[in-house]
Amino acid sequence: MSNIVVIADARQGKVKKPALEAVGAALELAGKAGSEVVALVVGADLAAAKDELAKSGAKRVVAVDDAVFAQYSSDGYAKAIVEQLAALSPAAVLMPHSAMGRDLLPRVAALLDAPLVSDCTALHFEGGRFGATKPVYAGKAYKKFFATKSPFLATLRPNNWEVGAGGSAEVADAQTSVGSADLKAIVKELVASASDRVPLQEAKVVVSGGRGLKGPEHFHLVEELAAAFGAGVAAVGASRAVVDAGWRPHREQVGQTGKVVSPTLYIAIGISGAIQHLAGMRTARFIVAINKDPNAPIFKVADYGIVGDAFEVLPQLTEAIKAAVAG
Amino acid sequence: MDIVVCVKRVVKTDSKIKVGADGRSIDPAGVEFVLNPYDEFALEEGLATRERLGAGTVTVVTLGDAAAEKELRTALAMGADKAVLLDAGDRQLDAHATASAVAAWLRSVPHDVVFCGKQAVDGDDSQFPGRLAALLGIPSVTEVLKLELNGNTFRAERDIEGAREVVECPTPCVISAHKGLNEPRIPNLKGIMAAKKKPLDKIAAQLGEPASEVASLELPPARPEGRILDSVNALVDALRNEAKVL
Ligand SMILES: Cc1cc2nc3c(=O)[nH]c(=O)nc-3n(C[C@H](O)[C@H](O)[C@H](O)COP(=O)(O)OP(=O)(O)OC[C@H]3O[C@@H](n4cnc5c(N)ncnc54)[C@H](O)[C@@H]3O)c2cc1C
Ligand SMILES: Nc1ncnc2c1ncn2[C@@H]1O[C@H](COP(=O)(O)O)[C@@H](O)[C@H]1O
Repeated sequence: MSNIVVIADARQGKVKKPALEAVGAALELAGKAGSEVVALVVGADLAAAKDELAKSGAKRVVAVDDAVFAQYSSDGYAKAIVEQLAALSPAAVLMPHSAMGRDLLPRVAALLDAPLVSDCTALHFEGGRFGATKPVYAGKAYKKFFATKSPFLATLRPNNWEVGAGGSAEVADAQTSVGSADLKAIVKELVASASDRVPLQEAKVVVSGGRGLKGPEHFHLVEELAAAFGAGVAAVGASRAVVDAGWRPHREQVGQTGKVVSPTLYIAIGISGAIQHLAGMRTARFIVAINKDPNAPIFKVADYGIVGDAFEVLPQLTEAIKAAVAG
Repeated sequence: MDIVVCVKRVVKTDSKIKVGADGRSIDPAGVEFVLNPYDEFALEEGLATRERLGAGTVTVVTLGDAAAEKELRTALAMGADKAVLLDAGDRQLDAHATASAVAAWLRSVPHDVVFCGKQAVDGDDSQFPGRLAALLGIPSVTEVLKLELNGNTFRAERDIEGAREVVECPTPCVISAHKGLNEPRIPNLKGIMAAKKKPLDKIAAQLGEPASEVASLELPPARPEGRILDSVNALVDALRNEAKVL
């Protein structure tokens, strides 16, 4: 039976939701291809990650748990992964399209001389071949690929698959030949973002503000709306116009040259809906637009719209959401 | 310092996309092409590094068809010293074939650092920089927002989910640039005139086989018609009862 390997990115020894979604995607694909799902994790102090992956629905968990991997290093991690993949000889390898997935899997693909489809929103197994569909041209089109070489590699856009769950996989610790001399690009420091909010790409709800907010001093209205959804639910985003104006930090920018988000709910406030902004959020399950211009292009993609002044609508909406969440 | 900047000719970001007759690529009629926006940050960083050191050369390279000469001239006008066009004709290539061909060329030229964009905004792959580095056997730091060179070591900052990473990376290496790394300069008239006389080599690309093939290119399904609601309460109702997100 062939293997589908999921590389779970662990940070500080913990596995995040996108990695569990990748296991979910792998289980689906394995059902079609008649494969078995193996979760592979590289890092240090992985006890919690191993426990989590053991319950993810994977058949087996392989952990390279070694102090040498305490700090992330793209070259070192890639080498360790390629070493394990040689032993697992997978038909397909999946990883979230997370910061680590984007950084790491292209290196792994090159070392394996293998195809990689990145930022996929669907996976295929047709006529004995693995393939994937991904947004291109900033979501203005979708391209479907098939691998012509093996193994097939893909990174998966978060929030597109149900998390894998269930079972109790056998966990094996694997040895590595990678030593500290193999690590060249090394993370020296990790500065946690000031806010305790969920990262933009993992948030279930994203509340974004644009130039319609008139100035940085009014973004508290956006933050309060995000907070109304309860702890750990919503993140704050921004249009490029307000990032370029210095009102909001770059990490909050949504769009073609910012982050691509795919939350369950996206609320755009005072954002016109330029094509480059849509590129970052059009795959959200539900889109709400609040804009005082009834002809703003954002209304063309919105499921629900309110034509009105953000300064009147936001305080009301925040109170109404708070009440709804409180039940 | 020998600085190489990889650039790509891409469809302008506000272009309307139409699927071509083959059902696998875009219809290029009426589409405008530009230097990939992220490559402007890569080039700016290359030029600024050369200026800070007071020495070195900046070579821009692209793998593409003859039309990409236009984007290379733009890069020369911004201040690159020379340009190389690895001519692939009209071959459809994937990241595997593209990175292999550029790596093959790079092995024959000196390079202390290779700057790339974070992503080419046509295929939105974010693959080339990591692949290139692995093929060359050198380290890489991607999606860099802040960069400093101390001797032979770069100190780079990049955002990950919920935190900022500070990475140290020795040369030679590949660095991919995110928006925010710098403010790209705009070519002035003098630069544009000078660019016409700067060297631009055209070399046949050493092409291997791609590792994937394109089955189809399709436009996204239209989103269902939305509704304008007349009150906040109607919105909260819809979110709770129709969208079921509350
Ligand atoms: C190469 C390139 C890349 C780009 N990448 C991105 C990107 O990644 N992300 C991105 O967002 N943009 C990007 N852009 C910029 C994009 O084209 C737009 O300029 C930008 O999105 C506009 O931001 P905005 O909607 O906040 O501002 P505007 O377009 O100025 O819109 C403001 C909106 O607020 C509304 N408004 C005003 N007052 C109020 C009020 N009181 N209440 C309610 N509504 C109000 C107005 O009706 C208007 O619709 C890019 C552009 C280029 C060329
Ligand atoms: N054909 C190419 N020629 C030269 N550089 C390229 C090419 N394709 C991609 N790159 C570089 O790799 C970066 C990321 O592209 P991609 O991996 O295609 O998203 C781009 O911003 C360029 O710097």
